[in-house]
Amino acid sequence: MYTILEKRRLAHGIQEYTVEAPLVARAAKAGQFVVIRLHQRGERIPITLADWDPDRGTITLVVQAVGKTTVELEECFQEGDALADVVGPLGEPSEIEDYGRVVCVAGGVGIAPIHPVARALKEAGNEVICIAGARNQGLLFWLDRLSQVCHELIVTTDDGSYGRKGLVTEPLKELVGAGRVDRVWAIGPAVMMKFCSLVCQEAGVPIIVSLNPIMVDGTGMCGACRVEVDGQVRFGCVDGPEFPGDKVNWDLLIARLSAFKEEERCALERYRELLKEATA
Amino acid sequence: MIRKTQVPMREQDPRERIHNFQEVPYGYTPEEAIQEAKRCLQCKNAPCIGGCPVEIDIPRFIAHLAEGDFRGAIRVIKESNNLPAICGRVCPQETQCEGVCTLGKKFEPVAIGRLERFVADWERERGVELPPVGEPTGFRVAVVGSGPAGLACAVDLRRFGHAVTMFEALHEPGGVLMYGIPEFRLPKDIVRAEIATLQEMGVELVTNAVVGKTFTVDELLADGYQAVFVGTGAGLPRFLGVPGESLIGVYSANEFLTRVNLMRAYRFPEYDTPIRVGRRVAVVGGGNVAMDAARTALRLGAEEVLVLYRRTEAEMPARREEIRHAREEGVVFHFLVSPVRFLGERGELAGVECIRMELGAPDESGRRRPVPIEGSEFVITIETAVIAIGNQPHPLVPRTTPGLSVTRWGTIQADEEGATSREGVFAGGDIVTGAATVISAMGAGKKAARAIDRYLRERVASRA
Ligand SMILES: Cc1cc2nc3c(=O)[nH]c(=O)nc-3n(C[C@H](O)[C@H](O)[C@H](O)COP(=O)(O)OP(=O)(O)OC[C@H]3O[C@@H](n4cnc5c(N)ncnc54)[C@H](O)[C@@H]3O)c2cc1C
Ligand SMILES: Cc1cc2nc3c(=O)[nH]c(=O)nc-3n(C[C@H](O)[C@H](O)[C@H](O)COP(=O)(O)OP(=O)(O)OC[C@H]3O[C@@H](n4cnc5c(N)ncnc54)[C@H](O)[C@@H]3O)c2cc1C
Ligand code: SF4
Ligand code: SF4
Ligand code: FES
Repeated sequence: MYTILEKRRLAHGIQEYTVEAPLVARAAKAGQFVVIRLHQRGERIPITLADWDPDRGTITLVVQAVGKTTVELEECFQEGDALADVVGPLGEPSEIEDYGRVVCVAGGVGIAPIHPVARALKEAGNEVICIAGARNQGLLFWLDRLSQVCHELIVTTDDGSYGRKGLVTEPLKELVGAGRVDRVWAIGPAVMMKFCSLVCQEAGVPIIVSLNPIMVDGTGMCGACRVEVDGQVRFGCVDGPEFPGDKVNWDLLIARLSAFKEEERCALERYRELLKEATA
Repeated sequence: MIRKTQVPMREQDPRERIHNFQEVPYGYTPEEAIQEAKRCLQCKNAPCIGGCPVEIDIPRFIAHLAEGDFRGAIRVIKESNNLPAICGRVCPQETQCEGVCTLGKKFEPVAIGRLERFVADWERERGVELPPVGEPTGFRVAVVGSGPAGLACAVDLRRFGHAVTMFEALHEPGGVLMYGIPEFRLPKDIVRAEIATLQEMGVELVTNAVVGKTFTVDELLADGYQAVFVGTGAGLPRFLGVPGESLIGVYSANEFLTRVNLMRAYRFPEYDTPIRVGRRVAVVGGGNVAMDAARTALRLGAEEVLVLYRRTEAEMPARREEIRHAREEGVVFHFLVSPVRFLGERGELAGVECIRMELGAPDESGRRRPVPIEGSEFVITIETAVIAIGNQPHPLVPRTTPGLSVTRWGTIQADEEGATSREGVFAGGDIVTGAATVISAMGAGKKAARAIDRYLRERVASRA
């Protein structure tokens, strides 16, 4: 069950995992995610479905190591190992229609989750332009895969080491400013999605973002994932994760992401120490 | 002469127990149990039986117990209740079996729950007798949800000889018994033992299966299950809807208790899931969930825990024993108050503004409706708040099952035996009644098992 069949390093701190999960693979749709747990003492963390293969019964997850759980996954889980739990697909699928001309913006590890959305939009008949951005060239991945699911790919890096120098918001601003953009999707860090939303709001173009609040169950049971959209409290895991970006209370989302900062730091430190002892 | 009072049950000292998650009452010794059993009058009309939602033959089991025949006692209980170790601990006995006990008219009623718990624990320590599994019928039934309703339904379906697969959304089965009710009130080993029994009886268990997402009820019916039982509970947290409720430090009781019970956050960082509790904690609500949250907060190291309830103690729906335990442990109750907003500093909870209430005319539940007293607002300093004002039915299965009728409260419409508007689909427990009790959910599961059995033998068999 939930065996890691393939593991591949994509970029610094970013790994791609192909995991056996036939039931999830059969039902998956663009925009949905899974909740995974590494082992019996593990926590439940949400990860977006980057791809899936119903025939093979596998799903593809792309995970950036940022804290105890994701670092442990990167360091201690190899091909042949199994995750304790994978549940999904969770969340509402993206609303895919033929909108006309769509821009898909991905920041950092967001390249992976935007991939199935762009693919579905293209299959639905849209003209799809992708913008992928990262801090530097070493953090970029899947550009070949992304270019296959869109008509045009624009790449930016903060330091100019690859593609255009600058932030993803700059080409986005140009595209929506020139008109003829019917809808925008943005997936990435909260701050990046916030600024993409501001750009679109000014241009009057609808924007969909995929929110990443802290979650526990991922099925609507706990309310840990509550976000504020259009002044209303919504649950990220069941009402989302996608919401209209111009209606999101970003400051609240960003504040709530730091709810367990102290504990997260302590968990990572303890993990590092235990690992050091074990390998000493 | 009959003892006027119940044989007391020894308990952990309140000063010690607030520092651990071990069970609070120790349970009766065999001598104490026999002594308490002898208080039963063996009434001919036995009102206690009618007070129990699954109609355990209470005088008969107590008679065995009084003679020291513990095996005989547990057999009687198991004729009607598969989960006695759980019910003996968590049933609101004072409003059920013990509430109508004849002895209770003059003295303290027989401690039926404690006796039930005693014999169930006695059996678990010595090896549980598996209920007999019926001759295979060739029918397959899917049970959705593994709370008390699903568990009770699955056991009886196996007794009737049907093949049963139980689907659970979370990574561990048990429903509220696992994620909601804390270890110090219901040790998780007991729940696990019950689930192991179920598996030994041949029930197949599939965790991480969210019906409505991973697959739908209709897909189950198309995949070779002739009937489906839906016992998905009332797991959706309700919030107050007041300003500041999304500040860091405000939890729903479900989040708070799930982190601690299901995810073992009380053993962080040995377990990975964190929980954060401030020095001063306010719990909003007056039911079992509120008591569990308050007592859990104490055990997580809070110095002061307040319960804010908008009516008075008399209206509190919590079990009496939980209120007593909470008080002994130092939980402070504020009655006739209600939060109007949460106050924050830099995104984190710092206080709660409350308003005082008075009781007005009775509402539809018959309880006097609390009304705010204008101008009586006041502020309490707190760092953590837990909202425990009730749960709503889970909408996922109804929303993804075309033709399944729901009420205006979102509960699934089902008759006395659990039959719904969809042929072959049955439902029971909190998803039908709204948040209720363990024993009523179990009773609903059992009734539905009988109805499903009849449906399979009469309707489905004649079609073949
Ligand atoms: C719907 C959804 C889909 C996601 N998809 C992916 C994905 O495809 N790939 C991927 O790498 N990550 C994804 N995430 C984020 C991922 O769940 C978190 O990175 C992970 O939970 C962190 O766990 P940890 O124990 O490693 O780190 P922690 O110790 O919990 O956190 C370390 C740092 O990460 C931040 N963090 C914590 N939780 C989140 C979160 N939910 N989102 C963003 N930052 C967080 C914290 O603020 C902290 O700075 C997704 C999150 C959501 C809600
Ligand atoms: C904190 C707390 C304390 C309580 N204390 C008491 C007490 O002392 N005494 C008492 O009698 N009652 C008590 N109750 C109430 C009692 O626990 C419930 O009435 C009872 O558990 C309801 O049983 P159920 O089987 O209907 O649902 P639940 O126990 O809620 O179980 C439902 C199960 O279905 C699963 N599920 C939901 N949706 C899906 C889906 N789509 N697919 C698959 N699985 C799904 C859930 O994960 C869950 O495991 C308490 C409740 C809480 C929350
Ligand atoms: S199951 Fe509950 S109500 Fe019935 S006899 Fe036991 S404790 Fe009383
Ligand atoms: S009502 Fe009370 S005294 Fe009478 S049989 Fe039942 S338990 Fe015994
Ligand atoms: S993660 Fe628990 S309700 Fe969304």
